Amino acid sequence: MTRGLKKNPVDFLFGTLTGIASLSVVVLIGGIFFALLIESIPAIERFGIIRFITTVDWDPVAEVFGAASTLYGTAVTTVLSLLFAIPVAIGIAIFITEIAPSFLKGPIGTAIELLAAIPSIIYGMWGLFTLAPIMEEYIEPFLQGSLGRVPLLGILFQGTPMGIDLFTASVILSIMIIPFTASVARDSFNLTPSIVKESAYAVGATKWEVVKDVVLPYSKLGVFGGVVLSLGRALGETMAVAFVLGNNHQITSSLFDAAATITVSLANEFTEADTDIYLSSLYYLALLLFVMSFITLAIAKLFLLRAERRYSR
Amino acid sequence: MKRYLSLTMVVLISVVLSAGMVFAAETLNGAGATFPYPVYSAWAWQYHKETGIRLNYQSIGSGGGVRQIINRTVDFGASDAPVKPEELEKHKLYQFPAVIGGVVPVVNIKGIKAGQLRLGPETLCGIFLGKVTTWADERIKDLNPDLKLPDKKITVVHRSDGSGTTAIFTTYLSEVCPEWKEKVGAGKAVKWPAGIGGKGNEGVANYVKRKRYSIGYVEFAYAKQNRLAHVVLKNRSGNFVEPSFEAFQDAAASGEFAPEKHFYLWLVNAPGRNAWPISGATFILLAREKKESNIKTVRFFDWAFRNGDETAKRLVYVPLPESLKNRIRQYWKDNGIYQ
Repeated sequence: MTRGLKKNPVDFLFGTLTGIASLSVVVLIGGIFFALLIESIPAIERFGIIRFITTVDWDPVAEVFGAASTLYGTAVTTVLSLLFAIPVAIGIAIFITEIAPSFLKGPIGTAIELLAAIPSIIYGMWGLFTLAPIMEEYIEPFLQGSLGRVPLLGILFQGTPMGIDLFTASVILSIMIIPFTASVARDSFNLTPSIVKESAYAVGATKWEVVKDVVLPYSKLGVFGGVVLSLGRALGETMAVAFVLGNNHQITSSLFDAAATITVSLANEFTEADTDIYLSSLYYLALLLFVMSFITLAIAKLFLLRAERRYSR
Repeated sequence: MKRYLSLTMVVLISVVLSAGMVFAAETLNGAGATFPYPVYSAWAWQYHKETGIRLNYQSIGSGGGVRQIINRTVDFGASDAPVKPEELEKHKLYQFPAVIGGVVPVVNIKGIKAGQLRLGPETLCGIFLGKVTTWADERIKDLNPDLKLPDKKITVVHRSDGSGTTAIFTTYLSEVCPEWKEKVGAGKAVKWPAGIGGKGNEGVANYVKRKRYSIGYVEFAYAKQNRLAHVVLKNRSGNFVEPSFEAFQDAAASGEFAPEKHFYLWLVNAPGRNAWPISGATFILLAREKKESNIKTVRFFDWAFRNGDETAKRLVYVPLPESLKNRIRQYWKDNGIYQ
C-alpha cells in the first residue's frame, strides 16, 4: 500500500476514494437492515415470526398486529401489475425497434421515458381523482358483467365496485412500471445484430417470425432484467398505491375490495403510531419488505447469471 | 491563488454557520401534530414580524411530537391526543391546549342539503358499526320525520391513515356507544367494522362527494371549505346542534379542563347546551426542567391567545374560550413559567 502511495499518489488517492464510495453502499445497506432489525425487536419478541406472518388481524387499539393481510396485498398488486405491464411493455419495445417508421421512434421513446419521470405522488393524485371514478363507473361494472359471470373466475370480481381497490392499484402500478420494462427491453432488442435479422428477412421470414424467432430469443435476458427492475419498483412503490388502495387490512378474494400493502400501511400509519409496539410492528413490516425485495432480487440475479453463463458458452 | 480562494471559502462558510448559530438562540423549535400546523405557522410568521423571534414548527405527526419532547430534542412538542397525566409525570412534561378542532359527519344523499339530516349518537354509531345499513332505516326516519329518505344502501367512508381526527371521532363513538367501545374502541387507527378508507381529510371528502348515499367524517375546516353536506347532531343535553365556531367554543367552555390533570380531556360529548359533541383540543407539551425555553414558548402562546384569534378563525380553527385561556395562564403561573 505504502509502495503504491509512493509510486503514484494521485492514483492511490483515486483508487481509495472510489473504493470508499462503493463500500459505503454495502455499509449503508447493512446499516439499514440493522436499524430495522433493532427497531422491530419488541414486535418480534411479542408476536414471533411465523405468528406475525400468518396473523390477519391488524388492530392498533387491541395491540394485535399481523402481517398476513399486507403481505397478501403486496403480492397481489405486484403480480397483477406485472401481468398487465409486461405484454404492453414488450409490445412497445417491439414496435419501437422493429416496426415503427424512424420518424416515430424518437417521439415515442421520449414519451415513454417521460412516463418514468413523473413523480409517483402525481400518479397517486391522478389515480384518486381521475382513474378511480372511471374504474368505478365504467371499467369495473363492465368486468363484473362480463368476466364476473364466468364460473370460478367470477370470484375475483365480486362486491360493489368502488374504484378504490386492488384492481385500480394494480393498474396504476402497471402504468408506472411499463416505462422501465419497455426501455430495458428496447435496449436489449437493439442489441440484436442487424446482420442476423437481415439474414432472416433474406430467407423470407415475416416481421412476426423475425421478432419471435430471432429478436426475442436473442434478448430474453435483457427483457428479464427489465422485468426484475419493474418487480423491484412494484414491490416498493408507495405513494401512488397509498391513494387508491384504501389501507384495509383484510384478505379478500375479490379484486374490487380495498386492501393494504406493506408500503401503504407504513405511509398511512407511521406518523401517528402512538404506542411502542405499534411503531415496532410497522418497523417489522418494513423489515419483511426489505428481506422480501432482497430475496426476489437475489433470485433474479442468480437466474440472470446462470442464463448468461449458458448463453456465453 | 487557488489555495487562498479555498481558504477564503472556508472562512466565509464558518462565518455564515456561526451567524446561523447566533440566530438559533432566537429560534423556538417545535414538532408534532399536522392538524394545527397551518395556524401555528401563521401565528409564528406574525410573531416573527413583531418580535424577531422565530418559531420553527415541523409537522411530523403527533406520535413523533410526543417522542421528540420525551427525548428533549425540541423546545415543545404538539399532539392532537392529550397525553395521560401519569405519562406526563413519568416523562416530566407539562401540557396545555392551544386550539380547538372539530370533527363533522358529512353525507351525500340526493336532495338533502347541509344541516338537514339529523342524527343522534345511537344512529351514528349504528351506521359506522355497519348495523344501520340503509338511509330509510326506522331509526333514521324517526329523527327526520319531514325528510324524504331514499331506501339506498349506506356507504361508510373512514380514514385510511392514522389521524387525530379518527381519534376524536372514535373516542366520541366509544363514549356514547357501549357496543362500539367493546367491539372497536378508540384510537388514531382502528379496525373498522364497515366501509372504505380515504387517505387524509381530502381523501374522505373526495369519496363522500363522489359516492352517492355515503357518509364520512372530516375536520370542520374541510367540511366548511368544501361545502359538504354536514349533519345536525344531537348532543348530550338533547339539543340538535349545527357545527359552528360557537358550538365548538361552547363545548370547550363546558368541558372540564382541569389544570391539576394538565388539562387531560377528550372534548367529546361535552355537557354545554349548544355544544358540538365531537370536538377536541390540540395540545402543547413542554419539558419541565427547561425553564428558559419554556418561558419563551409560553410567551409565544400567550401572544397567540391575545392576538391570534382572528387568524385562527380565518383558517377555520376554533380559538379557546376566554375562560379556558385564563385557566391556562394560571397553570403557567403556578409552574413558574409565565412572565
